Amino acid sequence: MKLLTHNMLTSHVKGVVSGYPLRIKAKEVQLNAVDFNAEFISRMIPKLEWKALREAAESVGHLNDLPLEVPSEHQDNEEFLQKVHHVLMEVEVEEGVLQCPESGHEFPISKGIPNMLLNEDDV
Amino acid sequence: MAVTGVSGCCSRYLLLLAQEHLEFRLPELKALFSVFGADLEYDKITSPEKEPFLVVKNVDEETVRKVMARTVCAKSAYEIWGTGRTLDELVTSLRTYPKHRMSPFCKADSTFKISVHSFNKTLPQADRLNKIEALSFLPWDGKVNLSAPDHTFCLLENYAGDVNNIPNDPCQVFFGRWLTDGQRDLIRRYSIKTRHFIGNTSMDATLSFIMANHARVKPQDVVFDPFVGTGSLLVASAHYGAYVTGGDIDYNTIHGIGKASRRNQVWRGPDESIKSNLCQYGLQDRYLDVFVGDASRPPWREGPLFNAIITDPPYGVREATRRTRPRKGRMPDAYSEDIIPKHPCLSLISNCQQKLTSNTARCLITMEKVKGFEERCHLPRQLDAECDPYKRHNAFREKYFSGVTARSKFNEGKGSGENT
Repeated sequence: MKLLTHNMLTSHVKGVVSGYPLRIKAKEVQLNAVDFNAEFISRMIPKLEWKALREAAESVGHLNDLPLEVPSEHQDNEEFLQKVHHVLMEVEVEEGVLQCPESGHEFPISKGIPNMLLNEDDV
Repeated sequence: MAVTGVSGCCSRYLLLLAQEHLEFRLPELKALFSVFGADLEYDKITSPEKEPFLVVKNVDEETVRKVMARTVCAKSAYEIWGTGRTLDELVTSLRTYPKHRMSPFCKADSTFKISVHSFNKTLPQADRLNKIEALSFLPWDGKVNLSAPDHTFCLLENYAGDVNNIPNDPCQVFFGRWLTDGQRDLIRRYSIKTRHFIGNTSMDATLSFIMANHARVKPQDVVFDPFVGTGSLLVASAHYGAYVTGGDIDYNTIHGIGKASRRNQVWRGPDESIKSNLCQYGLQDRYLDVFVGDASRPPWREGPLFNAIITDPPYGVREATRRTRPRKGRMPDAYSEDIIPKHPCLSLISNCQQKLTSNTARCLITMEKVKGFEERCHLPRQLDAECDPYKRHNAFREKYFSGVTARSKFNEGKGSGENT
């Protein structure tokens, strides 16, 4: 699971109000090289929850010097875009769980694939 | 070799369409023209709804080439030099085409070839040669080269009508300079026959690309498929430059394990997965993630996350998988436009029907988001009891299998039955 995907996922357990962001408890993290696409990263940045991204990156040990805030004119800042690219696209959680911050419910991640299914009671 | 002609406001282009998925063609081309900032305007002198000739106007050659670099519905594109209802009318029309527009392609140091294409009729070689002869008045100064010409020209004739009683003469003829071909070669390159990982209901390559074009997928878009299966729609979207993600309720399909769909294979191999399908075509860098999930309970946070959602939801009749929450409903009346889902933020763009069997068909619905989501526009739809899409959907499954049951009873003793 890439951190880009994690940034968009939320807990939909019944009754939960603040299910975002999910806490990553990683057992195995891999680094995979992915082609850098400046235009794509630049377009994604405004869609991201920046604080949640930093927290997630830090929790898996790959903060990569991401600044506290997105710099202005980020689309022209190649160094910044490369840093964001690495964190969003190249850090993958292979094994672990995603934990709902409110209910504690755990969604397992196996072979990089999260399982977001809930039982009838939790929906 | 792309040599651009001088195009002015009176340039028209002929797109020769493939004669399959008829209803899908104009919406696909309209969507593609709009991707490149143009409107699809066409001359009503042809019937592109059912015949293969589409005459496009008020657009420049560069835009036509961009559209042809995406379309799987159009076979080839030509710059029209003349048209007519008969060969004589065509000749008259050609004599009025400006010489300065022809001359760049007729130079003495260039080579050319003329081919003849007839729709709904096979012409004997002698006829074709006669027709080419009739065009010899055109100002070519160069030599003919049939194998690798600098410029290719085409005489296209329309013999539309009864297949069993083909007319002697065409109802329409065109002459034009060939510009470029469409992307129908993608159909062979991405065929699911050679795909690493398939399922029983994997979308075929042609329709996958048509759907991605209807959805106006552009490079750097993010595309989501909530019923991703083996990822055919993601493959097509990634080919057009999108970053792709998908969800499916079936754990086995998402993980690429369990029983295989190919006849000569029992279990799925270790390298079968949606990601491996993208790797097969060099598109692995466009793969975001897939997850196991229930499409009716999406795990996404609120906000405009995706540029397009492209999907083929289950009809309930062909893939073995566990169902989500079963709902009961009564048998539907005949199909009507009312059952197309409605949402105040979505506008219906097209509804294209594909025939499957003698008594079933499926429709591809394309909708465009026209305004942002607000809570206010959500509630009235929930209260509308008529608006339960699952009611009809489950009824289709009941109707489909009721027919099967009846046939099985009839065939008792013959030892046959339907496989699902």
